Amino acid sequence: MGTPVAISGADPGTAPAPARSARPRSHPVLMFVLRRLGAALVTLLIVSVLIFIFTSVIPGNAVTIILGKSGTPQTIAALEARLGLNRPLFEQYFSWLFGILHGNLGNSAVALAQSQPNPSIAGTIKDPLMNSLILGGITAILLIPLTLVLGALAGIKADKPLDHAVSIPSLIFAGLPEFVTGALLVYIFFTSFHLLPPVSLVAPGASPLSTPKILILPVLTLLIVAVGSGVRQIRLGMIDVLQTDFVQFARLNGISERRVLVRYGMRNALANSIQTIAQNLQYLVGGIIVVESVFAYPGIGVYLVNAVLARDTNKVLAAAIILAAFYTLINIVADLLVVFMVPKLRTELV
Amino acid sequence: MTTLAAARGPKGTLSGARSALSGILRTNSGRVGVVLLAIAVFICLFGGFFAPYSPTAVVGLPGAPPGQGHPLGLDFIGRDVLSRVLYAGRSTLLLAGLAIILTYALGGAIGLIAGFSRSMVDPLLMRGIDILLSVPALLVILLFVTGFGSGSFVLVIATSLVLLPGAARIVRSATLEVSTRGYVEAAIARGEPTRSILTREVLPNVSGVVSADLGLRFSWGIILIASVNFLGVGIQPPTPDLGLMVSENRVIIGTNSMAVIGPSLVLATLIVGMNLVSDAYVRQLDRSGD
Amino acid sequence: MASPTDIVLQLEGVHVGVLKGPTVIDAVTLDLRRGEIVCLVGESGSGKTTTALTAFGYCAPNLSISEGKIAVGGKVVEGAAEFARIRGTEVSYVPQNPATALNPSMRIVDAIADTMRGHTAAEADRHAVAVEMLKRVGLPSSAEFGQRYPHQLSGGQQQRVCIAAALASKPKVIVLDEPTTGLDVVTQARILNELLRLRNEEHVAMLYVTHDLAVAAQIADRIVVMYGGYIVEEGPASEVLRRPRHPYTRGLMAATPDHIVARVLEVMSGGPIDIADRPPGCPFTPRCPQKVAKCETTFPDLELKGPNHYVRCPQWSHTTLIDWTAQAAAAEQEAADLTSPVLLEVVGLRAEHRSRSGTVVAATGISFAIHKSECVALVGESGSGKTTIARVVAGLHPTWSGQVLLAGEPLAAQARRRSREQRRRIQMVFQSPADALNPRHSVAEILSRPARVLRGLSRSAAGDEVRALLDAVGLPARYAGRYSRELSGGQRQRVAIARALAADPDIIICDEITSALDVSVQARILELLRDLRRERGVSLLFITHDLGVVATVADEVLVLDQGLICETGKTETLLASPQEEYTKQLLQSAPSLIEAIGVWNVTET
Repeated sequence: MGTPVAISGADPGTAPAPARSARPRSHPVLMFVLRRLGAALVTLLIVSVLIFIFTSVIPGNAVTIILGKSGTPQTIAALEARLGLNRPLFEQYFSWLFGILHGNLGNSAVALAQSQPNPSIAGTIKDPLMNSLILGGITAILLIPLTLVLGALAGIKADKPLDHAVSIPSLIFAGLPEFVTGALLVYIFFTSFHLLPPVSLVAPGASPLSTPKILILPVLTLLIVAVGSGVRQIRLGMIDVLQTDFVQFARLNGISERRVLVRYGMRNALANSIQTIAQNLQYLVGGIIVVESVFAYPGIGVYLVNAVLARDTNKVLAAAIILAAFYTLINIVADLLVVFMVPKLRTELV
Repeated sequence: MTTLAAARGPKGTLSGARSALSGILRTNSGRVGVVLLAIAVFICLFGGFFAPYSPTAVVGLPGAPPGQGHPLGLDFIGRDVLSRVLYAGRSTLLLAGLAIILTYALGGAIGLIAGFSRSMVDPLLMRGIDILLSVPALLVILLFVTGFGSGSFVLVIATSLVLLPGAARIVRSATLEVSTRGYVEAAIARGEPTRSILTREVLPNVSGVVSADLGLRFSWGIILIASVNFLGVGIQPPTPDLGLMVSENRVIIGTNSMAVIGPSLVLATLIVGMNLVSDAYVRQLDRSGD
Repeated sequence: MASPTDIVLQLEGVHVGVLKGPTVIDAVTLDLRRGEIVCLVGESGSGKTTTALTAFGYCAPNLSISEGKIAVGGKVVEGAAEFARIRGTEVSYVPQNPATALNPSMRIVDAIADTMRGHTAAEADRHAVAVEMLKRVGLPSSAEFGQRYPHQLSGGQQQRVCIAAALASKPKVIVLDEPTTGLDVVTQARILNELLRLRNEEHVAMLYVTHDLAVAAQIADRIVVMYGGYIVEEGPASEVLRRPRHPYTRGLMAATPDHIVARVLEVMSGGPIDIADRPPGCPFTPRCPQKVAKCETTFPDLELKGPNHYVRCPQWSHTTLIDWTAQAAAAEQEAADLTSPVLLEVVGLRAEHRSRSGTVVAATGISFAIHKSECVALVGESGSGKTTIARVVAGLHPTWSGQVLLAGEPLAAQARRRSREQRRRIQMVFQSPADALNPRHSVAEILSRPARVLRGLSRSAAGDEVRALLDAVGLPARYAGRYSRELSGGQRQRVAIARALAADPDIIICDEITSALDVSVQARILELLRDLRRERGVSLLFITHDLGVVATVADEVLVLDQGLICETGKTETLLASPQEEYTKQLLQSAPSLIEAIGVWNVTET
């Protein structure tokens, strides 16, 4: 029963694809990447202005604090002149910016006040930066696979014992401040079992890799907190994707569960996962400040905190801009990866 | 809603505030969370009344391990750890509380306006806020302290600014979604003033989203403030503060580890309790609001 | 006489329900033969989708298939492993929403090939078959097309891809779950033709779930009607539709609008039943016009009452025939008074959407007028601009040029720039019942607000109005204290209409207000609107894509195609003899119950 309906007009379903627009787009991918980089640079520039303003807001106090009670009107004026604080603000900013682009990070106000022979910041910041890169790098290499695997597993086996085993510790540890986790780890591994050192000091000039034991607790602390929060996000993303229509459709049409989990599930949770990992890595940039302080690890975090305590504004400025740069870099890379991973976004580029 | 989704069985009924609490209490994790949170908040707010000693009085040898009269021993100067811990929670909790109120007041307003407006105001506000997101949170607070010193006022403002972008975004996306609903459009067609539409129609229907976010954001605020204090950049000695105590007493972790564990445990209880309650709340929202 | 091997799907006494809880479907028994299309028809809550999914051994996570026998290809299937084996190989599925059912990160040729993974080993073979499938469903089989992602296809193309994926493994049965719901009427007609072709040429058996009897009339060999989780009537399509035996089937048909002729629809009392409210006897009892005492207590069995025609109703012989002519005659008596003054005039309207990616013209060159007490319909597919025009009139759309005149006075673009009188006189009801009412406000608050804001009534005066308004839309006064979540979709829309009435308007704009509602609920709303027009003289600007609804409510109709007026005229004239190609195409594609029955009557007498 049932007679076909007579429909006039051509069937658009059989028509060939619409012609591409006539205007040629040269290297659309390149243009897109450049546009994103440009936007990031603009953001970084604005951030640098803001950071600069913050560190210049009360120059008088900075100088007074540095010189302490021993400051006389003459020494104060002299230091201000050497730091160039008596120039208009935007002139200070541009000369600083100019310096940055040439690799000159300025001079330490404290060093100048104490008439040290080499007040240049660039020299003092190199080692701490390297140390932090090592600490951060090792953590990142461990963090990414751990988070992805644990999160995916917890999501796939949601509400089953494996999920609870992963989720509940994550909930607890992700929540704790790094210094609490660090302190507890020191308590366990040093005070109770005398296995690892309570601080992670490194001799000036030496590489922390020469005494790898000191890296264990800081890396562990960072991992516990970062993986804890990352796992929860990945798990949620996985649960969401497994409830979509296309996963149900694939299952009803008999596609094997393993293929469904990987090609329909995880593949489409990828964009979300990239963003979560990016957030985690950004967290590392901030978390490293506290963790280094807990273990007295001579990285850029400790460098920054000491500079803040001493009100050495130029050092604060230098360290802050470096951290902000890393933060932004992670953002760009994540954004670009997401666009390439998601077909809908990728096809809209071209 | 596809018919696949409709093939599900009967749903539960929506719940109000009281049943939100009972919903939370229905799960194991929720129950644990409520207990932990209650204990921690009590200690933080009222602990001072039960302290046996003054928090600043030196009563013995520095680093003395737990003994009679001093269940948690003495700290690195010789003050009673227990008393200090009981007094210490208040500052962190209150500062974080003030920061959160400021965050939602300001961030909520920004989110509502940005989400409801169809003009340039929306992208402008969001770009502005995103600047705050381009720098690590702790760094922002450190910069504030560099510029303005380490008073409580500065801490509250700095923390609230760091928490604000996330809250604003959440409110904005909820507002965007609510604004397209029939009852909001009906109010717009009636010509009601924007202020009235936002408060009568939009805000009450966005509060669910806010309450789901609140717990985590609050605990993040606590972590930030405690961390800043730990770094020595926030609350200054001799005022007792949980983060500061952990930092100060690390030198004596060999002789009296309780001086570090004590404040750590209070912080941990507070934060874990808050996270568990928040998580259980979100889960029961999902269950009932389907 | 069909041999047993011809039966490709057999459900016997299947029961699905919450574990230790209420039943969703029960006592479901049906057969599907090779080369047969069986339509499972029902409204929401009828259990049609749940029934269809049992063929896969699938049910929602909180439910279970607790009784009954399911046999595919003559063999009983039991247990997760066996069902896993038949899924995609012997039984396959075509979804309701093709856009969300396709893997967004998989190219379509791979998506089709994937369903063959289980039993065709070589990838090259699978790929070749997939390309063949594209051709089979009428899609281009070029390499470029196969490499596309789902979001690069139109809705109709996506659905064809889903059908191709379902066909790829040469299943015995295809289950189609309301596959044309999201598609426009012309695409729907093409898909239906495609399905008929597949049945005729390849003898594929199909279980087609739908809420639309008119669609069932187009393609079904057999129709199975479900209500409240039970099969209430089952038989050859021509039998069931020409001579419905169950009062529900009859009621459903009498409530289905049809573009062939304008009718007064018959409204069944009550609404589709909720699982929790099922009485111990026949589930249709609360709404049944021919019930007797024992209907409430004794559950009737499914009995054979005609050639292969089963009914679950002891009173089946009392079911009257539908008098289509009388319904049409009743409608004719209510023709609008054409000499009434012009109330609203739209002149040379051009509306645009402005966004960051540019400006899109939603509608242009739009001119029409609405007289007092008249109903004007704007008909078109999605993207035709009909909703934008409605929003312009309501003051919700900012970017347009031209003129909109209310009683001769031009209206400002935005509602808040209009005078209070102007805002009062034009009211709007929106499409989605779920979002129509503020969940935080009681019905009384919702209804009194417009009265206070637009008519300046005091709080107490507005409160008195609430009862009258509820009465006008057929809701009991006690609903005043209820909240949105306690109301069904149809009830919410009625409150939304009451909210519009609260302002005592001259024109009510209805933007697809019944598209999301069941047929019987829609009938009640349409008849409510008819009553309101007669009693209050209110005019309607009615937006819809459904030509049957147009025939039922509208005096005059404008056909829109991609932002332009294609054709306009009196409803009767336009529907009977359309002039433009597009209008003809729309009318040819729209399924019609009456037309199908008429054809059967002609060919079989």
